[in-house]
Amino acid sequence: MSKDVYIFVEQRDSKIQKVSLELLGKGRELADKLGQRLVAVVLGMEPGTSYQKLIHDGADEVVYVEDPVLAEYMTEPYAKVLTAIIRERQPEILLFGATSVGRDLAPRVSARVHTGLTADCTSLVIDEESNHLLMTRPAFGGNIMATIACENHRPQMATVRPGVMGLPVKDETRIGVLTPMAMNFDKADQNVEILSVVRSVEKTVDIMEAGILVSGGRGVGGPEKFDTLRELASALGGEVASSRAAVDAGWMERECQVGQTGKTVRPGCYIACGISGAIQHVAGMESSDYIIAINKNESAPIFDTCDLGIVGDLHVIIPKLTQAVKKMKESQES
Amino acid sequence: MKIVVCIKQVPDTTEVKLDPKTGTLIREGIPSIINPDDKAGIEAALRIKEETGAHVTVLSMGPPQADTALREALAMGADEAILLTDRAFGGADTWATSSTLAAALKKIPYDLVITGRQAIDGDTAQVGPQIAEHLGIPQVSYVSELHAKGGSITAKRDFEDRYHLIKVACPCLVTALAELNKPRYMSVGGIMDAYRERQVTVWTLADIQDTVDPANLGLKGSPTKVKKSFTKAAKGSGETFSVGADEAVAIIMEKLRGKNLI
Repeated sequence: MSKDVYIFVEQRDSKIQKVSLELLGKGRELADKLGQRLVAVVLGMEPGTSYQKLIHDGADEVVYVEDPVLAEYMTEPYAKVLTAIIRERQPEILLFGATSVGRDLAPRVSARVHTGLTADCTSLVIDEESNHLLMTRPAFGGNIMATIACENHRPQMATVRPGVMGLPVKDETRIGVLTPMAMNFDKADQNVEILSVVRSVEKTVDIMEAGILVSGGRGVGGPEKFDTLRELASALGGEVASSRAAVDAGWMERECQVGQTGKTVRPGCYIACGISGAIQHVAGMESSDYIIAINKNESAPIFDTCDLGIVGDLHVIIPKLTQAVKKMKESQES
Repeated sequence: MKIVVCIKQVPDTTEVKLDPKTGTLIREGIPSIINPDDKAGIEAALRIKEETGAHVTVLSMGPPQADTALREALAMGADEAILLTDRAFGGADTWATSSTLAAALKKIPYDLVITGRQAIDGDTAQVGPQIAEHLGIPQVSYVSELHAKGGSITAKRDFEDRYHLIKVACPCLVTALAELNKPRYMSVGGIMDAYRERQVTVWTLADIQDTVDPANLGLKGSPTKVKKSFTKAAKGSGETFSVGADEAVAIIMEKLRGKNLI
């Protein structure tokens, strides 16, 4: 009989990824609903790591394997450990972050243990009657939402995009179990050879971490015109993001793209400039606390999604707004 | 080297519009295209063919009209095309889809299988790795550079914060990112040939049932089921102002201050 909610906790260079903490928060909620335990699985941390933080973030148990083979992500060794855990412990639910690691590992494992997997979920709830996990995800480029269930196979597996679930409330008095686990890896498990690992050297702007985002779309009109948005972002202490249209046009880097095919962001304030508000864009920013839209076209769908809409020319408004923000900050400092 | 590229015909989701009255999808008139990541996979295979010599087969599971996508691949330069089509394959989730494609691949000689990372209508990125598992071969996903040499391939595997250069012996599977290359256009001669001279081989359940348990196919072989689908309710509009620039700036400043954002 399968039981318990398991979270694959992802590390890179022994640093736990934020999405994994978000999953612990959601996992805790699901486990409480089912009256079951929450188990965190961590692979490849450096020896001597303290795992208490994961207990404080909601786990009842942390299962960990510290092995140099697992330090840098490789599909097969990771799949081998997770498969062993699934076969031995029979989890009810197993969740992954929808990162380039989770989206490589989860399908491999789901195929091996013959169970269903639902990608990029934006909502996970337990069905009141059946106790099945109801997994809701965008499909068709974010144009429709589908709620999916995996009724007859276990574990029920899903990936969740970073930034979709909130961080858990930390409780430093929580008590849990730490379970070290050993795994033998042979040559056949390392069926690919990593010739080199190249970390991004330039500090890439992480739009998912920004408190304020000034985001531009097709209406900005060109790559050089994004400088106006950059000035406003800089005055506000925020970052610049963009819609898919601006990325496809080559005006902005793909790392800055918000939306169904880009990143999901939830800043304190999202200022959409010259963005029409296609559903696939809205899917990536609708959880922002406060949304301001500036657009010339009064019938742009973005006005159906914002808290404050300004019908007007962003090329006139944004420079004036930047000046106003700067002036106010100067007066605050003096 | 023998390369099989798995492709999917998809509706161009960037063209999708919603009916403003009913909130439902307007599906009519949406063009069908080869999924962009898959098209990069075709191009990658054709480049290997040009550099070192290779036989390129394109494989697709879908309704009979997916024939168009396969002919486009032939017109680009693929050597052979196979369409897997049968009512028994319909309604498949990624697990059943990958089982079907893997069953076909067991009947085709290959050194390298290329799939797109993900399809724009589903965005799951699951079918490639699941095929690799069903075939028991290594996978390298999120590939943005690909070279084949002497029975192995090297690939640049992208992550959010790094990349790996990976060497893997064939047979293996890679999933291609659209960033991998800029796919060529079909040649005029290629288009003529693809429709006049070339064949798309059609395989049905009868052609693969010795390599797969039919219980693993289609809707009934799918562990996941769609319980309901719906269009998202709009967040609900706030206040919208159509005023002069100075007044607009004053309104925005007031709101930003009120929310303690500045």
